[in-house]
Amino acid sequence: MSILDKHALLERNATLLLVGSLVAVSIGGIVEIAPLFYLENTIEKVEGMRPYSPLELAGRDIYIREGCYVCHSQMVRPFRDEVERYGHYSLAAESMYDHPFQWGSKRTGPDLARVGDRYSNEWHVQHMIEPRSVVPESVMPSYAFLKETPLEVRNVATSLKANRAVGVPYTNEMIENAAADLRAQADPNVDTSGVEARYPKAKVGDFDGDPQKLTEMDALVAYLQMLGTLVDFSTYDDATGYR
Amino acid sequence: MKHTVEMIVLAVGAFLALVGAGFAQDRLFGAHMWILFFVLLGGTLVLMRRTDFRPIPAGGAPRQSEYFDEVVKYGVIATMFWGVVGFLVGVVVALQLAFPDLNIEPWFNFGRVRPLHTSAVIFAFGGNALIATSFYVVQRTSRARLFGGDLGWFVFWGYQLFIVLAATGYLLGITQSREYAEPEWYVDLWLTVVWVAYLVVFLGTILKRKEPHIYVANWFYLSFIVTIAMLHVVNNLAVPVSFLGSKSYSAFSGVQDALTQWWYGHNAVGFFLTAGFLAMMYYFIPKQVNRPVYSYRLSIIHFWALIFMYIWAGPHHLHYTALPDWAQTLGMVFSVMLWMPSWGGMINGLMTLSGAWDKVRTDPVVRMMVMAVAFYGMATFEGPMMSIKAVNSLSHYTDWTIGHVHSGALGWNGLITFGAIYYLVPKLWNRERLYSVRMVNWHFWLATLGIVIYAAVMWVAGIQQGLMWREYDDQGFLVYSFAETVAAMFPYYVMRAVGGALFLAGAVLMAFNITMTILGRLRDEAPIVGAVPLPAPAE
Amino acid sequence: METYTAMRHFADSWGLLAMVLFFLGVITFTFRPGGKKAAQRAASIPLQED
Repeated sequence: MSILDKHALLERNATLLLVGSLVAVSIGGIVEIAPLFYLENTIEKVEGMRPYSPLELAGRDIYIREGCYVCHSQMVRPFRDEVERYGHYSLAAESMYDHPFQWGSKRTGPDLARVGDRYSNEWHVQHMIEPRSVVPESVMPSYAFLKETPLEVRNVATSLKANRAVGVPYTNEMIENAAADLRAQADPNVDTSGVEARYPKAKVGDFDGDPQKLTEMDALVAYLQMLGTLVDFSTYDDATGYR
Repeated sequence: MKHTVEMIVLAVGAFLALVGAGFAQDRLFGAHMWILFFVLLGGTLVLMRRTDFRPIPAGGAPRQSEYFDEVVKYGVIATMFWGVVGFLVGVVVALQLAFPDLNIEPWFNFGRVRPLHTSAVIFAFGGNALIATSFYVVQRTSRARLFGGDLGWFVFWGYQLFIVLAATGYLLGITQSREYAEPEWYVDLWLTVVWVAYLVVFLGTILKRKEPHIYVANWFYLSFIVTIAMLHVVNNLAVPVSFLGSKSYSAFSGVQDALTQWWYGHNAVGFFLTAGFLAMMYYFIPKQVNRPVYSYRLSIIHFWALIFMYIWAGPHHLHYTALPDWAQTLGMVFSVMLWMPSWGGMINGLMTLSGAWDKVRTDPVVRMMVMAVAFYGMATFEGPMMSIKAVNSLSHYTDWTIGHVHSGALGWNGLITFGAIYYLVPKLWNRERLYSVRMVNWHFWLATLGIVIYAAVMWVAGIQQGLMWREYDDQGFLVYSFAETVAAMFPYYVMRAVGGALFLAGAVLMAFNITMTILGRLRDEAPIVGAVPLPAPAE
Repeated sequence: METYTAMRHFADSWGLLAMVLFFLGVITFTFRPGGKKAAQRAASIPLQED
């Protein structure tokens, strides 16, 4: 059989066609994705990154559940206007414990990568309950129900374990204390030295304005208030990375 | 028909769902399992009611007809149904952005309904169109009955179950937050089972074909099925918190997770919404104009170049992010190169009409297909342009992207599917013609006008948004607060909803038209000027 | 960094050349005059029957 008949073979043999197209569509993904796992310069080394505290993780789960990523990015690009609006551009290391990532693709609302510490807890709660009472132009839906919904705490430790299974460095100590840490972080009346030692820079205290109840609002606000606060950028020069 | 095995499987499934609901580790999983229980219970009851206890006639089972078209008929109806639902939800979310009071917390907030819209149009409308047409086309071009017997039914109903679980999950708040791959781990597993069955049915039919050559449309269908399987499995790798819980955590994190997701996300466009629909183009356009494809050899180049290059384009969704520059550059280069095979395919589709261009004037179905290919050309020009980093720095995160997606989805995917259904319905139900050809004309203009309004408004909105975000005054301060840029979008969001409503109106008209066709009615109407006159009724 | 540089050099030189040659080969092969008849027959498959 001459070489010229070879494509005819392909056109007549379904299995070959299947394998051929599978090979053709595999190359691009392998070349682009695989190196990200072993090229050392993919994720820069920074100080301050730590796994989410149990309460922050619960808040993050709510952030995902409500589809916040649909309108809010968490990825500041290295442009002057974005850095002035949102803060230092995002580093790969800052999402290294994010399973899944929340970079987003659309800004119907502003970027949230560094929203932590920008507003008070009270502002966040009011903004969730009635967004237009604090930002008249906002088109955000109301999330008042979060303040009425008790936080589900059954799976705290198993959530941490699942994260450890995919590579987040939760220690045995963190997992053992998960449920207690979750409650302590949102309770102004208990000793919080444990959770603060395990999760440096964690914000503690009541978040939703109702110290009696542990609600989903507590968790979500705790998560929002820590976003972008772990890495200290005071020694970085923003302008060096501009594009 | 006897469905003993099916009934038992469904009943066992319903029981397991009930057990899952009882032992659920979180509230959402419990709610989802109750929904699954009632769906499967309903399915069991329907099958029971349809059971026929009469003995099988002496002649044995009735002889199989040449083609298995019953499942295609169901697929066509499902496509139309989910299409109308998906477009309607689209209009609702568009209105929610203009009038936020339309959000009804918690189940109907934008963040939950938007994935419902995207999944309904891509996977429910588009997916059913792909399954139905691929089953139709592979039988005709292979001259063989669909492989696997009732497995075809399993693919159809299994896929509908996937849609129902995904949709109800979004409203409950069960999501992985991976765009266009939101369903959680157990729904993903179910889709994997259905998809493997789909591959078996499709490949099996090709393997038993009586036609020596595999027609190019089948190549596109096959690569769509295989690639989607690969993308789906890799992108959804995750560790569930509990096997009786709805939550899972992605196997990858941060930058690797982002590229895996957009490798998937872009190729959901490239293979689900492009390769599969190109297969429709390569079958239904030649059929409707009754001419072979312009250049078969160009279609071979089109196929290999398209599938090889598309898979590289994902990183253009992550320009200027924390993704390494080399990956962004690769993504951009391949996205720009992708323009060539895309336009090669577009020219091939359009030139199929050479010598029969008058049909664009006289046959609204042909006009619809031609307009679909024209929108394909437009969207595949715009896409490479937006993947250039300098352009992307302005367009990314804005509504320009949304406009781009819709000129592809409404224009290309929508219109080619409508064309295929208008072709299929009279054939499948053995009707002389459609109930009304003039309504097709109306549908064409409603849809086209709707898309043009939508895309134009979103261009203006997106570019304005991008420019406002980066505008500085003489003093070197940002001119606009973010809230001001939100307020500036209001008129565009209203106009966009109008465009979407026109498109929806066209689809409703179509649903009416094909319903009447299926019922066997013919509208008394004057033929389109220039078209072949209808045969005069016998005296 | 070493791996990255080596891969980058390969991609910019021999890798690129190999892909261009392969592509030209595919085009030449597909459009060779001898393939015309088979292509015409294949193109007519959908029109043969319903």
